[in-house]
Amino acid sequence: MTIGQILFNLFALFTLVMAAGVVLNKNAVNAALCLLLCLVGVAGLFVGLNAYLLAFLLLLVYAGAIVALFLFIVMLLDTRGDARPTLNRLPLVARILATGLVLGGVASFIQRGRLVSPDMAGTIGVGAALKPYAYQLFTTYLLPVQILGFLLLIAMLGVIVLSKKFVGLEDIK
Amino acid sequence: MMPASLNAYIFISVALFAIGLLGVLLRRNTLIVFMCLEMMLVASTLALVAFSRFNGTMDGNVFVFFILTVAAAEVAVGLAIIVALFRRRQTIQLDQLNTLKN
Repeated sequence: MTIGQILFNLFALFTLVMAAGVVLNKNAVNAALCLLLCLVGVAGLFVGLNAYLLAFLLLLVYAGAIVALFLFIVMLLDTRGDARPTLNRLPLVARILATGLVLGGVASFIQRGRLVSPDMAGTIGVGAALKPYAYQLFTTYLLPVQILGFLLLIAMLGVIVLSKKFVGLEDIK
Repeated sequence: MMPASLNAYIFISVALFAIGLLGVLLRRNTLIVFMCLEMMLVASTLALVAFSRFNGTMDGNVFVFFILTVAAAEVAVGLAIIVALFRRRQTIQLDQLNTLKN
């Protein structure tokens, strides 16, 4: 077992345990912190795939900005965990059925999923250098980059409109 | 040095996606449902990066950029909606948000 294999197993296990922590935690603050650690694990997996820039960006954007935003909102809203579970029959049956289907899909992937892995040692890790990213973003993907700029602008305007209080309008209860 | 196989990476990605989906299905706190949605997005980026690395192409890596940007915009708008919802209804529990049903 090489050191790369050991690191992969470590980070994969860490990621999955922390992801389970997000789902199982009652407290929203703990769930957000578990999400942070889960993202750190995924960044470690990215490093194992030679995508150093993406690992760094994942930590900056997700762990730095998004999880911090989640924590702010959790503290702003001051909710007290989950309320009592509903005792309606239909949602319960639907939940059990959906959980069974998802777990069945994963089990079927474990049993039958055999992807033909290309020769790893022969493939160059093109994602390691910075230059290919810049080249692709400024040639092939120039239009999507522009559209994303507009998307961010529209999202910013939308957030301002959503969080502003309009005094003249009646509340829709 | 390439330690693990493509299959292992895709398995981690599928497992992360399934855990996120279970969270979306089972939890009732809107904020945690939203966190699980983010986790599903990250799982898809992991699959993209793995395919990109093993095939020696650049496209998957560049797509991760776009996914990150869209996720950031989505989180900003989604959290603003949740805050607006909380101001109106004083709750963010999903089973109490049933105005359209009745």
